[in-house]
Amino acid sequence: MTLAESRGIKGPTEREAEAEEVKEGAHPGPLEYVKIGLILAVITAVEVGIYYIEAIEDVLVPILIVLSAIKFTLVVLWFMHLRFDSRLFSWLLAGGLMLAGILMVIVLSTLGGRLV
Amino acid sequence: MVGALRRLRQEGESYQGVWSWLTTVDHKRIGIMYGVTAFLFFLMGGIEALLLRIQLSSPNNAVLDPDQYNRIFTMHGTTMIFLVVMPLSAAFFNLLIPLMIGARDVAFPRLNAFSFWVFLGGGLFMNASFFTGGNILKGELGAPDAGWFGYAPLSLQSAGTGIDFWAFGLLILGVASMASGFNFIVTIFNMRAPGMTLLRMPLFVWMTLVTSFLIIFAMPIITVALFQLLFDRLYGANFFNFEAGGQPLLWQHMFWLFGHPEVYILILPAMGIVSEVLPTFSRKPLFGYPFVVISGLAIAFMSWGVWAHHMYTTGLGPIANSAFGVSTILIAVPTGIKIFNWLATLWGGAISLKTPLFFAVGFISMFVIGGLTGVIHSIVPSDYQQQDTYFVVAHLHQVLLGGAMFGLFAGIYYWFPKFTGRLLHEGWGQLHFWLMFIGFNITFQPMMILGLLGMPRRIYSYPEGAGWEWWNAVATVGALLIGVSILVFMFNVVLSLRRNDQAGPDPWDGRTLEWAIPSPPPAYNFREIPTVRARDDFWHQKYEEDETGRPVPIVGGGAQEPEEEEHAEGEGHGIHMPSPSFFPLIAAIGLPIIATGLIYDAAIVAVGVAVLVVGIYGWALEPASE
Amino acid sequence: MSHTPAALETGTGLDNRKLLMWLFLASECLLFGSLIGAYLLYRGQSVVGPYPEDLFDIPFTSVSAFVLLMSSVTMVLALAAIQRGDQRGLRIWLLSTALLGLLFLSGQAFEFTEFNHEGLSLSSNLFGTTFFVLTGFHGAHVTVGVLILLSLLVMAWRGRLTQSQSLNIELAGLYWHFVDVVWIVIFTLIYLIQP
Repeated sequence: MTLAESRGIKGPTEREAEAEEVKEGAHPGPLEYVKIGLILAVITAVEVGIYYIEAIEDVLVPILIVLSAIKFTLVVLWFMHLRFDSRLFSWLLAGGLMLAGILMVIVLSTLGGRLV
Repeated sequence: MVGALRRLRQEGESYQGVWSWLTTVDHKRIGIMYGVTAFLFFLMGGIEALLLRIQLSSPNNAVLDPDQYNRIFTMHGTTMIFLVVMPLSAAFFNLLIPLMIGARDVAFPRLNAFSFWVFLGGGLFMNASFFTGGNILKGELGAPDAGWFGYAPLSLQSAGTGIDFWAFGLLILGVASMASGFNFIVTIFNMRAPGMTLLRMPLFVWMTLVTSFLIIFAMPIITVALFQLLFDRLYGANFFNFEAGGQPLLWQHMFWLFGHPEVYILILPAMGIVSEVLPTFSRKPLFGYPFVVISGLAIAFMSWGVWAHHMYTTGLGPIANSAFGVSTILIAVPTGIKIFNWLATLWGGAISLKTPLFFAVGFISMFVIGGLTGVIHSIVPSDYQQQDTYFVVAHLHQVLLGGAMFGLFAGIYYWFPKFTGRLLHEGWGQLHFWLMFIGFNITFQPMMILGLLGMPRRIYSYPEGAGWEWWNAVATVGALLIGVSILVFMFNVVLSLRRNDQAGPDPWDGRTLEWAIPSPPPAYNFREIPTVRARDDFWHQKYEEDETGRPVPIVGGGAQEPEEEEHAEGEGHGIHMPSPSFFPLIAAIGLPIIATGLIYDAAIVAVGVAVLVVGIYGWALEPASE
Repeated sequence: MSHTPAALETGTGLDNRKLLMWLFLASECLLFGSLIGAYLLYRGQSVVGPYPEDLFDIPFTSVSAFVLLMSSVTMVLALAAIQRGDQRGLRIWLLSTALLGLLFLSGQAFEFTEFNHEGLSLSSNLFGTTFFVLTGFHGAHVTVGVLILLSLLVMAWRGRLTQSQSLNIELAGLYWHFVDVVWIVIFTLIYLIQP
């Protein structure tokens, strides 16, 4: 198996054939970018808003983590084009993030720290 | 000024003279510069080792005082790891990767030149610390004195600027390693010749790829740790300050999080070299190629989960100790798979007993001892006894000198003819091997015994009557023997370059693509980019198998002859090669200047930044090739 | 079609520079991971003040985080502009991104000065040590990003960035967005979540 195949990269003929139909999908237009930007802005507003709601203090941390994960994902998928680009790039970023995350958890737990 | 620069640049393109080396972006020249520089640092680290051994040769010796001893053992370790084994491996990456994958150069030739100059600058910067302790002629040394691992809080309390030089030096060297790590991953992913699929790549290419990934993921961790140390030392930060609530143990975690992958960064390239040498001199393909590849990947992956076996005695608790003990035992499995595949490669082969094979087999035997003592260390209660004794010193040298350096010497003997066009003398080569092999064993096996007798490491002297005198004296004799073997090697290189024993393109009946082109290779490597049809493609161009499976030469197969080469001179000049450039060198000079400024005076930082910026902008704006 | 099928079989078909950038970003995950890890390890461990809850000004930081987030939008609009050959759009959006980046940096400078007035420094306690080093490293990354953006802006103004060179903008964008997502993490983990 070649690297290209394993990474889900399309061969030349395949690529050409698809080129026309997926042109729009491959390069989101400015409108789509602005939409994503609006969603990001709204999530940020929600984050700050719920920070001040005392009633949900107990569940605040998980909610905040989920919200920031959503923001993170939106930016890397759309603005950094991982949704449209080679899967190799996604694997590299995921690899770096997972390695950093796992090592951080182990070191923090052995040294008596807490993640949140 | 501009005219002069242009003239110098033209001289660079003419491929002759000093300027052509300073501006070169040719991977082969960069590889040679890496190799020669690393060898000079090897001599330096070796002299440091001999000083240590002479000091320890008898009890209550006073060749070195305790302060000098600390500085010299720190510099010995740091030099051998960061300035010798890593750059020697980098030399082989540079020399071989483009040739083995059928490319004309690496993906980013100027970045490659930048890596080398940064490495050179970092090495010189680190060694400059020797001069900062006062009058060096009176023996007042200024080098770092906290060991190559620089444990906090010792490294925080160390007076003078030695540790600062050490930390900045490692940061600079990290830039060089990371740049070449990125470069070789892209090169191996993207620059392979048609048909060179991943599972047709020579083992050395695989190990380079794996090592490069380890480098780009491990280096950032030590980068942060070194910055934390520097912030603590220079600006009064509290990362490792116990009084402010900081945990000195954090340093050990960060250091070994980097340090254990680093161990495999040191050994995997040597494993790759041995995996090339053994098949050639057994005239057999590498046994179990996919298993060797997968073992390499497994080792790299598992190397992230074993770091705390350096820290059993720090009070991690029984659960963490057991978990890291198990993971450490497990990493011996892929390592063992590799060793059995190497042995099986030799088994039944038509052995050609030449110097590279001696070193490769020496590698296997010494590495097995190193690996097995490693398994002993992985057992927690056993390690409690061995921690900080000479047993550990013996183990790590068994792996790094007996392992990595023997592997690298195998590579030097194997590929020397490819890049110089001359064979190294066989007799002197074997003398070198036997002296080094015997010297190695009578240096480090006694250290195993010394360790079990309880001799602690990092002591500058020991009292009479502890029972350590005899073995220490033996170890020192062994170290001197290793020193003699290196002199034999240097003599051999000089002799062989003069002797003019033309190697021809394919002196060993090689298997991989680099043997298909003339020795030394032309600047453009391949006249035509080859099309690869099999693993060990060049072998299959030369031989086909008869019905009994024995190789039969193919008429007209084999390497390009040099005569052919001359005919193609005109054609060769039509090949578009990247232009030489000053800017990687300029940018690289900026880094040690900045580091000097951060230690001494902020004004110097501005100068360094200016140099760096000039280098980077010049680099970005000049056309990559004209 | 200049590519032979054999050539495509072996390369990844990906641009060298883009692959390099992604490898760099993957490696940066470990850098910021280590810095964030150190902050989390020492959170709540300072033996003397000032403590985060005395200093953090959430409304101010939220505006700052919002500014950086919006700079990602303008960055990606710059890319869209050059990809459709709109030079004017490219210049406008590049300039906006650089200005938003500078605004973020001035916010950070203001914040650092304020905290300093309140007695927080690199050496005052663990909070000061880990906070300044983490956010300082991030700020240094933003500064480099702004310099890249300004350099590209000059090139665009001189007409040296054509539609075919949109990769330059894409690469700068990847770096810029990465720095932005790091701040998304920092904003939540360091500012909003306080035990």
